[in-house]
Amino acid sequence: MADRVVEQAATAPATTAPVERVELLVVGAGPAGIAAATAAAGAGRQVLVIDDNPAPGGQIWRGGGPAAAERAVARLAASGAVVAPGTAVVDVGPARRLFVRGPTGMRWLEPRSIIVATGARERFVPFPGWTLPGVVGAGGLQALVKQGCDIAGRRVLVAGSGPLLLAVGALVAERGGRLVAIAEQADIRRLARFALGLMATPGKLVQALGLGRAVGSRLLPGSFPTAVRATGGGLVVSVSSGPAGSEKTGDLPCDILACGFGLVPNTEVARALGCRIGAAGVWVDEDQRTSVAGVFAVGECTGVGGVEKSLVEGRLAGLRAAGLAGGDATLRAQVRRARAFAAQLEKTFTLDPRLARLADDDTIVCRCEDVVAGRLRGFTDWREAKLLTRVGMGPCQGRVCGTCTGVVFGWAPDDVRPPLVPVPVAGLTTVPGS
Amino acid sequence: MNPRSTNDAGTVTLLVDGVPVRAPAGQSVAAALVNRPGAGAWQIRRSVGDAPRGPLCGMGICFECRATVDGRAHERTCLVTVRDGMEVRTDG
Repeated sequence: MADRVVEQAATAPATTAPVERVELLVVGAGPAGIAAATAAAGAGRQVLVIDDNPAPGGQIWRGGGPAAAERAVARLAASGAVVAPGTAVVDVGPARRLFVRGPTGMRWLEPRSIIVATGARERFVPFPGWTLPGVVGAGGLQALVKQGCDIAGRRVLVAGSGPLLLAVGALVAERGGRLVAIAEQADIRRLARFALGLMATPGKLVQALGLGRAVGSRLLPGSFPTAVRATGGGLVVSVSSGPAGSEKTGDLPCDILACGFGLVPNTEVARALGCRIGAAGVWVDEDQRTSVAGVFAVGECTGVGGVEKSLVEGRLAGLRAAGLAGGDATLRAQVRRARAFAAQLEKTFTLDPRLARLADDDTIVCRCEDVVAGRLRGFTDWREAKLLTRVGMGPCQGRVCGTCTGVVFGWAPDDVRPPLVPVPVAGLTTVPGS
Repeated sequence: MNPRSTNDAGTVTLLVDGVPVRAPAGQSVAAALVNRPGAGAWQIRRSVGDAPRGPLCGMGICFECRATVDGRAHERTCLVTVRDGMEVRTDG
């Protein structure tokens, strides 16, 4: 019952939490949040940046990264913006008030405006065995290796979809892992068209080729894992290759399966604030304004498009939140190009419909509550399934299984409900102090 | 119990389910857990249905790497940096 702390909240005594007024609150310290905070603080605004992680940089710049990342983090530090790491949004009150949990406890933030830069997470597709230890996300492996997980000498199979897989393959080689293969579900024709499209953005072409040389020979297009099982000596992954109807299946042994099917925007905080969600992510206008007054959204949470998109959107929103209208033509053109690239990504790496059928009746879909696919078939939507099976009611609050049920059953996510992250009982019953 | 005196500079010792585990400073607790000798398959805890589980997302989304850290339940160990003398329980 340890997972169900929140249910005991009603019996705990109420306490007060401090309230802190801020001019501009940036939620998320990845590239988009960093660019936004730096631009707004540079324009003289009082800026607070909060992030779950122990240090700024987000997922892509975790633990340093390229020189550009270090420069951006240094500029943020010099800008006057205050960064609060290890701090997560728990709830949203009226008038854009946010309840947050940090290393020193809970507090309310009262920002005059907010820039939501909550990034993206991986899309997982359930298949038999995907809950075994050693099966991790592709971006998951990248994050885990950068935080110190040792893969030297380990056989790593990278699988899923998207440009991230190549970066993960390169990282495996760099850290002394043995790259078994990169199984990319998109077929060779889509990949070729995508590569041609990159000619329009030379920076991205160089990036793609640089990674491609190290790992290109291991790339298996049109391939995806169908099942994984644990053996005495590691994992064995069944991989399907080729078009529907003429696929071939083979077993690939490995120690670690790093598998992620692209990224999905983190929209929970924006939804809790009441922001409208569009097809790609949080809806924004050409100045990064959301549908809620005083709330902007930038980067991957508005549509997955990579670090360049995050940087230009962040800068634009930072300037706008500071009340500045400068840099319009160039910045807006950059944002338009970045959004076009995002659309191209989406098209190239559209999921193969066969992936939705990999889970058998015994495959766990909700990892928090161990709810299997067989128990979910027959429900018509997420809300109904949630009430009757507890799917999505564990600590991750449906962040993982919500995308899984989207892929497998086509269900749309439910409304966001507090707490957005689990909190200790005492924390939940606090009210704002004066 | 504080095992600080046994450490070289740059290394910390945490107690995982009562067993001392050495880890480089700056690592995440999740990394210290999967790098333990014998954690070959990267198992960290067991699920509500008693199945073995390890980290999945590495970025604080999935809660699969959660553990009790210095008495705080449900800490996402991928988001927590190791500290000397830290006590981690994976069975909570």
